[in-house]
Amino acid sequence: MEAIIQQFFNLSIMERALPLILSGLKQTIVICLIVIPLGLAGGLAFAIISLSRLRTVRWAAVAGIDFFRAIPPLVLLIFVYAGLPFAGFRPSPMMAVAIAFLLNTSSYYGEIYRAGIESVGQGQWDAARSTGLQGYQTLAYVVLPQAVRNVLPDLVSNTVEVVKLTSIASVVALPELLYSADMARSVTFNSSPIVLAAAIYLVMLWPIVRLISRLERRVAA
Amino acid sequence: MEAWSRFLDTFFNWDVMERYFPAIMKGVVVTIEIAAAIVITGTLLGLALAIVRTFRLLVMNALIVIFVDMFRALPPLVLVLLVYFGLPNIGINLPSFAVLWLVLALVLAAFAEEIFWAGILSIPKGQWEAARSTGLSFLGTLAYVVLPQAIRLTVPPLTNRTIAITKNTALGTVIGVGEILNQATTAQSFSGNATPLMMGAIAYVILFIPVVVLGRFLETRFAWRRI
Amino acid sequence: MTTDAPPILEIRGLRKTFHDVEVLRGINLVVLPQQLVFVIGPSGSGKSTLLRCCNRLEEASAGSIRVDGVDITSRSTDINAMRRQIGMVFQSFNLYPHMTALRNVTLALVKVLGKPRAEAERIGMAALDRVGLADKARSYPGQLSGGQQQRVAIARALALEPKVMLFDEPTSALDPELVGSVLNVMRELKRGGMTMLVVSHEMRFARDAADRVIFMDHGVIVEEGPPQQMFSVPSEARTRAFIAEFAR
Repeated sequence: MEAIIQQFFNLSIMERALPLILSGLKQTIVICLIVIPLGLAGGLAFAIISLSRLRTVRWAAVAGIDFFRAIPPLVLLIFVYAGLPFAGFRPSPMMAVAIAFLLNTSSYYGEIYRAGIESVGQGQWDAARSTGLQGYQTLAYVVLPQAVRNVLPDLVSNTVEVVKLTSIASVVALPELLYSADMARSVTFNSSPIVLAAAIYLVMLWPIVRLISRLERRVAA
Repeated sequence: MEAWSRFLDTFFNWDVMERYFPAIMKGVVVTIEIAAAIVITGTLLGLALAIVRTFRLLVMNALIVIFVDMFRALPPLVLVLLVYFGLPNIGINLPSFAVLWLVLALVLAAFAEEIFWAGILSIPKGQWEAARSTGLSFLGTLAYVVLPQAIRLTVPPLTNRTIAITKNTALGTVIGVGEILNQATTAQSFSGNATPLMMGAIAYVILFIPVVVLGRFLETRFAWRRI
Repeated sequence: MTTDAPPILEIRGLRKTFHDVEVLRGINLVVLPQQLVFVIGPSGSGKSTLLRCCNRLEEASAGSIRVDGVDITSRSTDINAMRRQIGMVFQSFNLYPHMTALRNVTLALVKVLGKPRAEAERIGMAALDRVGLADKARSYPGQLSGGQQQRVAIARALALEPKVMLFDEPTSALDPELVGSVLNVMRELKRGGMTMLVVSHEMRFARDAADRVIFMDHGVIVEEGPPQQMFSVPSEARTRAFIAEFAR
C-alpha cells in the first residue's frame, strides 16, 4: 500500500512537476483550440460534399470519410511527421499534429453531420423547396439547424474524444500535457506526474462525460 | 514524371515492400490477436457490469459509475503509460502486450457498460411487468425478455466504439508491442525509406475498412422500429 | 355462481401512498370464485393501483391481500410462485416483440413451470385457440392488430391456469372496431368459469357480463352492487354523476 502511494501519489514530486505540467496543459488547450474548429468545419465540408448530386463526388466524400476513420490517428500522425519528410515536406510537430488531426477529426465529425442531415426527413426539404428556397438555402436555414440539434450529443461526445486524442501528440514530442508529464516521470522515475496529468484530464472531461451519459440515455429511450 | 517516380520510390518502393512484407504481416497478426482479445474481454466485462447494475445495489453502482466515468474520460495513452511504467515499480511486471490488452479492454468495458445500460433502460417497464406477472423471476426476465431486446439496440453504437478502441492498438508502439505501426516504423528506420509506413497504413485500412462498412451496415439493419 | 365457497381474492384495509399522496385509502373487497367484478371510476381514483397491488407490481403501504387463502402481502411469500396463480392483462398488451405469439405464451410455461417444450406448445396452442388466434401462432406481435395482440396477451396469462385474472383497462388502447373481439374473449372466459377483476370503461360489457360493479373515487370504494342496480338506481350522488357522464 505504502509503495503504491509512493509510486503514484507522491505529492512532493507532483508539486515539483506542476509548472512543467501546467505549461503542457496550456499547449494541449492551444491544440484543442486549433483542431476542434478546424475539424468541425472540415467535417461540415465533408458532409455537404457528400450531398452532391454527382455520384462520383458523393462516393469520393464517403470514401474519404471511411478511409480516414479506418486509419488509427497515431498511424496518420506518424505518417505525416516521419513519412512526409521523405517526400521533401518536413512539418514541425505542431504542423504534423494539425494536419493529421484535421484529417481524422473531419472524417468523424463529417460522419456525424451526415447522419444528422439524413435524420431530417425528406418532408423538410420538400416543404422548403416548394416555397422557392434554393438547395443551399434549405440546407443553411432549414436542414442543418435541425440536423445539428439531432446529433448534438454525438458532436459533444466526439469533441471529448478529440481532447483525449491530443495526448498522442506526445509521441511526436509535442510538449503537451502527457508529454510534459512523461518527461517528469522519466526524470524522477516516479509515476506521480502522470497521475497528476490524469487528474487534470479528469477535471476537464469528467463533467462532460457524465453529461453525455445522461444525454445518451435520453436519446436511446 | 520525375516527381511521380520519386513519389513512387519514396512510398511504394517494390524492393522495400518485398523485404519488409513478412515483418508487416507479423504486425498484422499481433494487431488482430490483441484486438480480438480486447473485444471479447471488454464486451463481456461491460455486459457483466451492466447486469450487475440492474440489481440496483447502491455501493456497487457507485463503484461501477466511478470506474466507467474514469475510463471514459482518460486518454488511453495516459492509462497505458501509467500502467506500463508504474506497475513494475510496485512489483507487478506485465509484458507490454498484456498492458495494452488490459488497458484497452477496461476502456472498452467502460464504454460498453454505458451502451448496454442505456439499452436496458430503454426497454419499456411494461416488458418487465408482463414477464414478472407470469411468474418469471428477475433473472429470468433479464435473460429471456429484456436483454435480447436491449442487445439488439446496442449493436450500432457498440460496433462504432469497438472499432475506435481497437484502433488504439497502435498505441502499443509506444511501449514496444510488435503490432503494425511498430513494425512499420522499425522497418522505416532500417530501410531509410517511407514505404514501410505506407504499407502499415494500407494494412490498417485493409483491416478496418471492412469493419467500418460492416458497422454502417449493422447500423441500418438494426434500426428496426420497436413495437 | 357459488356463494358459499371461500373467496378467491380478499382485500382488507388496503392503503397505498405514492410520494405523500395517498392513492388507496382503505379498500375492502372480496371476489368470490367465478365472479366477474368490474371496477369503474374517474381517472386518478386508484383503480389501476388497486389492481397492481393484487399481484404486487405495487407494494401495499398497509392492509392485506389474500389470494385463495394465501396472504400475498407477507414478506415470506414466494412472489414468483404466487404470480402464476394471478393472471394480468395490461392496457398496452406488453407482448414480447422479439418472440412469436406462441413463444410469448409458452415462455413462462417452459421457464417458470419447467414444462418440456412439446407440452408447453400444446398448452400454448390450446390457449391461443381459446382466444381464436391459433392460426397466428407463428406471427410476431408487429404483424398483429391491436385487438389480436391483446388476445395473445390474454392467452399468455390464461396458459398458466391462474385462479384469478386481473384486467387493467384491456380495451382502452384499442381502436373501437377491435374492442369487440377482446370483449368477446372475456365473455368466453367468464362462461368458462374464470374469476375476473376488471378495471374498464366498457359500461355495456359490465351491464351484460359483470356479477358486481364497484365504483371507486379518490382512493375509496364509494358504492358497489349488482350492475342492474348500479347503472339504473345507484344510491350515491357521486356514482350517479359518474354513470351519467358515461351514459351519453
